[in-house]
Amino acid sequence: MAKQPEKKNGDVETTGHVWDEDLQEFNNPLPKWWVWIFYLTIIWGIWYTIAYPAWPLINEATSGYKNWSTRANVAAEIADVAERNAPANSELESVELASFVNQTDSELYGYARSAGAAVFQTWCAQCHGSGAAGAKGYPNLQDDDWLWGGDIEEIHYTISHGIRNEDDADARYSEMPAFGRDELLEPAQIEQVVNYVMSLSGEAQDAAEVEAGAVVFEENCASCHMEDGTGDRAQGAPNLTDAIWLYGGDYDTLMETVTNSRYGVMPPWSEAASPAGRLSEAEIRAVALYVHQLGGGE
Amino acid sequence: MSQAEPEQLYAAREPIFPKKVYGKFRNLKWIIMIVTLGIYYLTPWIRWDRGPSLPDQAVLIDMANRRFYFFWIEIWPHEFYFVAGLLVMAGLGLFLFTSALGRVWCGYTCPQTVWTDLFILVERWIEGDRNARLRLHRQKKWDFRKARLRLTKWISWLLIAVATGGAWVFYFADAPTLMRDLFTLNAHPIAYTTIAVLTGTTFFFGGFAREQICIYACPWPRIQAAMMDEDTITVAYREWRGEPRGKGKARDGLGDCIDCNACVNVCPMGIDIRDGQQLECITCALCIDACDEMMDKVGKPRGLIDYMALTDENAERAGGKAKNIWKHVFRPRTVLYTTLWGLVGVGLVVALFMRSDIDMTVAPVRNPTYVTLSDGSIRNVYEIKLRNKHGEERPFRLTVKGDPALRVQIEGSPYETVTVPPDTAKPVRVYVVAPKGSVPAESERVDFRFWVEDVTNGERAFKDTVFNGRAN
Repeated sequence: MAKQPEKKNGDVETTGHVWDEDLQEFNNPLPKWWVWIFYLTIIWGIWYTIAYPAWPLINEATSGYKNWSTRANVAAEIADVAERNAPANSELESVELASFVNQTDSELYGYARSAGAAVFQTWCAQCHGSGAAGAKGYPNLQDDDWLWGGDIEEIHYTISHGIRNEDDADARYSEMPAFGRDELLEPAQIEQVVNYVMSLSGEAQDAAEVEAGAVVFEENCASCHMEDGTGDRAQGAPNLTDAIWLYGGDYDTLMETVTNSRYGVMPPWSEAASPAGRLSEAEIRAVALYVHQLGGGE
Repeated sequence: MSQAEPEQLYAAREPIFPKKVYGKFRNLKWIIMIVTLGIYYLTPWIRWDRGPSLPDQAVLIDMANRRFYFFWIEIWPHEFYFVAGLLVMAGLGLFLFTSALGRVWCGYTCPQTVWTDLFILVERWIEGDRNARLRLHRQKKWDFRKARLRLTKWISWLLIAVATGGAWVFYFADAPTLMRDLFTLNAHPIAYTTIAVLTGTTFFFGGFAREQICIYACPWPRIQAAMMDEDTITVAYREWRGEPRGKGKARDGLGDCIDCNACVNVCPMGIDIRDGQQLECITCALCIDACDEMMDKVGKPRGLIDYMALTDENAERAGGKAKNIWKHVFRPRTVLYTTLWGLVGVGLVVALFMRSDIDMTVAPVRNPTYVTLSDGSIRNVYEIKLRNKHGEERPFRLTVKGDPALRVQIEGSPYETVTVPPDTAKPVRVYVVAPKGSVPAESERVDFRFWVEDVTNGERAFKDTVFNGRAN
């Protein structure tokens, strides 16, 4: 700090307060520039409260003559992005998907893959996981096993209409009977068929149980899962001979599956197909394409 | 009792009107000015053929495509260490030159010095030499002549400043195209803004701020003081020879200094070198030229003001002789700096020539760590970026080397070969599969190596990574 010039009684106006006989409080004026800036800030502050949302009222705040709001700004930015993406989206809506999946070098493909990844992370990752590896009961989308079909058209249909939901009449639908709960099979028969199913994918089981299970399978399961157990995609019946299990391939899990059955659901996403849908056709195509190129696309 | 005047902490600037000077250092400075300004203004216009798909500008910083072109060298963002290396060399170079020759950078090549020199030259052409400029400055009345001269000078400065800002933006875009866009008002606002800012700074720094930038704004003079020692060459006044100074023909009892103030009049920093080495001095050596000219006229030996080191001063005061300049320059410290500088330089050149035209980065996908396929085999996913630094598209074949069970597949392609467009980094989703029961499939993790090979000429590059098995 620069040394202040010494000031004496009478040089400067005082506040009139005196302590300890000679201790006075000087009333030095503020610098003019400071005062002017201070006045300007007051004027600016008044203008600001008129121009922008400021004064709180009962239910809301004054909106200000500029009608400025962060919510409206975000909406405008989203609309702006949507407008800029509109040409790409309309192009995407008109491409022939089956051939488009091979045009990996096209700009539109790159756009669709990025857009699809964003849609996936927003709407699909909750069940299928951010890496699309699924979880128990939620299919892994990176593998080469598909319940309802793995070409781009089938994926597109599944995403559009969903599985076993009440919201879309076109949803994929099938229902496995609860063989144990509804007493369609005896507990012993269930044990036998579980042994048989486990043997299908190469797990060594008790030969007698397997043999008996084959008969039970033939009579009760083969209509959907096919005689050889390879499943039927038209009914969403899983292939029981491969190494992939949606709920688990161990004995206890399979007992539970056959006894009480499974009923995995997926919502319809197409806003055109169902009032419950949330995605546009372009978004569905993008995310279908994204899922298709994760490693299992057929 | 009177009130004390508050002490002023700010001194108004004394305007400086450097006088014209002739001599070897002035000539050297003219040459350096022509060369450095020539490089600066003309470089963006040099063309360099790189084939049809790449820009033909010899020196181009292509921000949009993240490329830096320098004649035959092309730097990608992941090779930015070259720029870091150049900065290290620039730093060491400044250490070297400062410890050997003092503020030689400031005096000869600093842009502030060069542009100020140019602005003073223009000022001298328009308003005349020191005395004429002084008169014009002291003339309070703004008559037609003063207005005309000042206006001509400012407009000339402004044109130089615009050209300076304009040249800068040409380094960042194709110069002829940008030039046309600038004149047809089609260029990007950033180009205009950059030109405006640099025009403003050039005009103000070169025309008005001048030596104040060196004295108040630049941190370099403070750092330099720490790098100089008693062997550093600086500009000094042989006070033991010159003092006592005095005018006139009668030289009895007087030194060689005729107190003509020639050294003061030419100084662009407005100091008197006879007061000794001082913070403001940028060692531009114009006072040496001015004094030598006077010494020639009065028939005294040159070198009353001269480049010398502190040790010379002590030696001469003691009656000895100054050492040869080269003996000052070659000493352990400067040799060390030169060696380090050279090592970094050699390292950069070697790295430049060793780098491959093929390059890839491999990012293993760890979400999930592996995928089981329906036949029970285990698959890992890798996001691979293949970089083709050539001007033509090239077919790259991807292979893996490691456990023989590992197989490579490329997403969306039945082949192992990917065509990468010219001068592009192409992202590819690559699968590595280990059959059920194989060692990699059952292990926790297995090391292996990705090889990428240009099918046409066999050029190769590799990256090591790992495969996660079921036990992971």
